[in-house]
Amino acid sequence: MNGKVLLTSAEAISYAVKLVKPEVISAYPITPQTHIVEKIAHFVETGELDAEFIRVEAEISALAVVIGAVAQGIRAFTATSSHGLLYMHELIHWSAGGRLPIVMAVANRAVGAPWNLWCDHQDMMSQRDTGWMQIFASNAQEAHDFIFLAYKVAEKVFIPCMVGIDGFILSHTAEPLYLVDSGVAEAFLPPLDFPLRLSNQNPFTLWPILEPPLYHRQRQDLFTDMEKSLKEWEKAFEHWEELTGRRYLPVEGYMLEDAHTALVCTGALSETAKVAVKQLRKKGEKVGLITLKLFRPMPKEHLLETAIHIERFIVLDRATSFGAEGILAQELRSAISGSRPVHSYIVSMGGKEVFPENIQEAYFKCIKYPEGATLWS
Amino acid sequence: MSELFPSWKELNLAAIISQPGNSVEYKTGDWKTHYPVVDHEKCIKCGTCWSFCPEYAFEVDQEGRFVANRDYCKGCGICAEECPKKCITMVEEEAE
Repeated sequence: MNGKVLLTSAEAISYAVKLVKPEVISAYPITPQTHIVEKIAHFVETGELDAEFIRVEAEISALAVVIGAVAQGIRAFTATSSHGLLYMHELIHWSAGGRLPIVMAVANRAVGAPWNLWCDHQDMMSQRDTGWMQIFASNAQEAHDFIFLAYKVAEKVFIPCMVGIDGFILSHTAEPLYLVDSGVAEAFLPPLDFPLRLSNQNPFTLWPILEPPLYHRQRQDLFTDMEKSLKEWEKAFEHWEELTGRRYLPVEGYMLEDAHTALVCTGALSETAKVAVKQLRKKGEKVGLITLKLFRPMPKEHLLETAIHIERFIVLDRATSFGAEGILAQELRSAISGSRPVHSYIVSMGGKEVFPENIQEAYFKCIKYPEGATLWS
Repeated sequence: MSELFPSWKELNLAAIISQPGNSVEYKTGDWKTHYPVVDHEKCIKCGTCWSFCPEYAFEVDQEGRFVANRDYCKGCGICAEECPKKCITMVEEEAE
């Protein structure tokens, strides 16, 4: 397919998975993720994708199936959202410690209580410290492309990766995008090659007990390998640009050249914030936008480089650390290490609509207040 | 750290144990503080120690005597407690 097609981000992910050709797919339906695996189930049913679709009774079982498959050296896929992701929590730790290159799509959705189906990043950001890599897409094209990139890096560094798409805002909204050519997909992702493959002919013990000093070192291994994975992301982005012409960066800058203030966000909010930046520019405000694509590993160097001249950051958060501040604000503060003011602004929890005007409002509110107080839209 | 074990740099990714069944090489009783000594003069070879031992550490030697295998005995003292002839003494482990 050479022309653009009109797809939701959920479908864009399904088409990417079809080209990645996992042999095992296991998932449990949950809004707003459901139609990712619904479409994949359709591909399996019609024979367009030669894979085993394993239906399970819960998300924790879905991840358990995927863990079992990947430990055998088989490429596998799962997708979930919100409470489904939280239900997987224990195995999310085990799969990262087990160094299994799993890729999971997460349609980002609020966490109860109160009950809510709409978008925020609380689900995925609450899994921040599990040892998974995390990347957030801002549109359907990125949702499609990041699946390939996630497999590429995960299988290189043996660390699992979550690909986040904003629930409904991306998952259920159709946008034009280019589908990756199957030849490109094959060139980019060679067959999975494991040093050890679990089988009845070649048994081994996954997840043994480790004495404290060795356990400590294993955790250090994961930590340093996660840091090193940044280089692999850079390489993968470059390779991807060569193959598709689409250029991605761990941290994306927008109208930052002469900016004094930078808005900071993740996910689809980036597209709305760009409109707000243009509006603010018309009013004479020297403002730009920083979008974090990669959340784990945290691309600190890229962030510092992108924001070297920025005097003030206004972080538009879709996730909250209660008793502290916005999660992304904390991350940014830690990356720039207290050198410049960081304003924490909770822009939207549980799908509260964000229009460019609301982001303008955030800007004018924050510049009036001293740094420190977390403001809510 | 004993030389029996690999250093952390030699471990497989995710500390996978790639050699199946190697647990038999692991002596599980090395941390005990006391071990049982049987007074064979008093012992009636009833096998109570053997049947109560949670680690199956008691073995029967060629003369039919019950002797604890110190590689696997964890020093719990159940044998000494249960012995009907009270012929088992728990002796403090010496440093190697």
